Amino acid sequence: MRQHCGVSRHHCPLLLRALALSVSAMLGTVIAFILISGAEALMTGQGLGLFGAVWNPAAGKFGILPMIQATLLLAFSSLGLGWCLSLGCCCVLNGLAPRWAARWLRGLLTLMTAVPTVVYGFAAVFLLVPPIRDALGGTGFCWLTAGLLLALQGVPAMTFIMDGAVRSIAAESRLTATALGMTTAQHLSRVVLPLASRPLLSAAILGLGRAVGDALLPTMLAGNAIRFAHTPLDSMRTLTAHISLVLSSDIGGGEHLSLLLAGALLLTFCAVFSLLSRRMARRVRS
Amino acid sequence: MKFLKNSAWLLVFVLAASAAAAAPLDAFRDLEGTLDIAGGTAHIPVMTQAAQDIMTFNPKIRITVAGGGSGVGVKQVGEGLAGIGNTGRPLKPAEVEKFGLRTFPFAIDGVALAVHPANPVRNLTKDQVAAIYSGSVTDWKDLGGEPGAINVYGREDGSGTRETFTNKLLGKTELAPTVNVVSSNGAMKTAIAQDRRAIGYVGIGHLDSSIAGVSIDGHVPSQENAASGEYPVVRDLFMNTKGEPTGLTAAFIDYIYSEPGAKIIEKSGYIPIPRNSK
Repeated sequence: MRQHCGVSRHHCPLLLRALALSVSAMLGTVIAFILISGAEALMTGQGLGLFGAVWNPAAGKFGILPMIQATLLLAFSSLGLGWCLSLGCCCVLNGLAPRWAARWLRGLLTLMTAVPTVVYGFAAVFLLVPPIRDALGGTGFCWLTAGLLLALQGVPAMTFIMDGAVRSIAAESRLTATALGMTTAQHLSRVVLPLASRPLLSAAILGLGRAVGDALLPTMLAGNAIRFAHTPLDSMRTLTAHISLVLSSDIGGGEHLSLLLAGALLLTFCAVFSLLSRRMARRVRS
Repeated sequence: MKFLKNSAWLLVFVLAASAAAAAPLDAFRDLEGTLDIAGGTAHIPVMTQAAQDIMTFNPKIRITVAGGGSGVGVKQVGEGLAGIGNTGRPLKPAEVEKFGLRTFPFAIDGVALAVHPANPVRNLTKDQVAAIYSGSVTDWKDLGGEPGAINVYGREDGSGTRETFTNKLLGKTELAPTVNVVSSNGAMKTAIAQDRRAIGYVGIGHLDSSIAGVSIDGHVPSQENAASGEYPVVRDLFMNTKGEPTGLTAAFIDYIYSEPGAKIIEKSGYIPIPRNSK
């Protein structure tokens, strides 16, 4: 310890603690700033119907309810799909498929983590939007397109989290399971996955956070019309897409206030998800 | 003696002539430092070309050009983060008052309604456009096209292109909530070029063979018609500074208004506006 820090043993924890404190304080001020701006927007924006269903700047109505609905719909639908895909990938990596297939999949997933989101979005504009428009109708810029891409984009990170946990649990119990005459599939489904429920859950929470927070794919693919989406072919605008669209154009006024509120809401969503996941994880453990 | 005097005069003339020819860039000879430019995306081709010319002439000068949109232009120049903030719309009185901005209109850009090249509809009345964007006409067969739902595309709130389009064509018409929103001229072109049932709008400079311009009440969208006033959906492009510009910022604005500046503006697909003409 001494040679690493260059100061006495007593000072080291103090310095570390000071660093930790200052970083937490910085984060805390950012969070406080966002929440306070959101609250201020609500106060000054009374009469603008900020929590309403109507977005009509000409009439002075700046309701972001349709965007809240779009954010939650898109996040949960893409998470549902993406989580199932990730679970499948994780099982393939851990013995459910021949070794060469597992190696191939791992390479593909590693490659996918290196691809920037904008490339997914750009490719989808040319490769996914036209077939969806021609086959199913609508404009092709819709909930379905954005949801599919968002699910796909989240798969590598979720898979690797699951894989880390599943691999170590499987290694611990493999001998016993084999001695009991279990096949690999039985071992995975009856022993390993139930024991790995906590990491599986934390993978879902991570995926949910990313799905709620991603701005680029919804902006490029979801159509951005401000209305309640009823079918997967409807165009929708998420809170993140709203922020990225309006930020680039205007300051002051109802639009600006709606952004501040949208930011505070996004932060609140993520905080609630993470608190819920902790509580659930504790329950699972006990 | 007379010969000497004549030669001297000749020398003076030659020097004066060469100085005049090199004048626009000469202003940058003794300058150095950094100029940050931000704002309207329509301005970017003009700004980057001018910046390249200047930085090649005098490498001690660094000019950065960023986009972000008209609102970002106002905000950045107002808060002192950029030397020049570009807008594709006139400044609002509140913005001028809050930041003490000076504005310099330098080019005219038209906004053209556009459809897929395979779409037979090439002329619409102002009322028809308003009906499409308000959602009261939703099928191409009502406009003389092949039957099929109209996929309507627009730009984000506060986009200069959208503001020009709305002010000149829609007036107080309420936009349908089903209008899809894209965030740049490029994204609009991509959306229209791929979708046979699409309608949208772009800056006239962005019209090319991938999309087809639509005439408004018989007025064909083209740069020439925008300059002559024959085509009605036009806007001015502005540079804005906080207070009276000085030093590098002033020299840059002078360069945009100079002869080579006008050439750059034309090459970018816009029509130059002479200084103080408005």
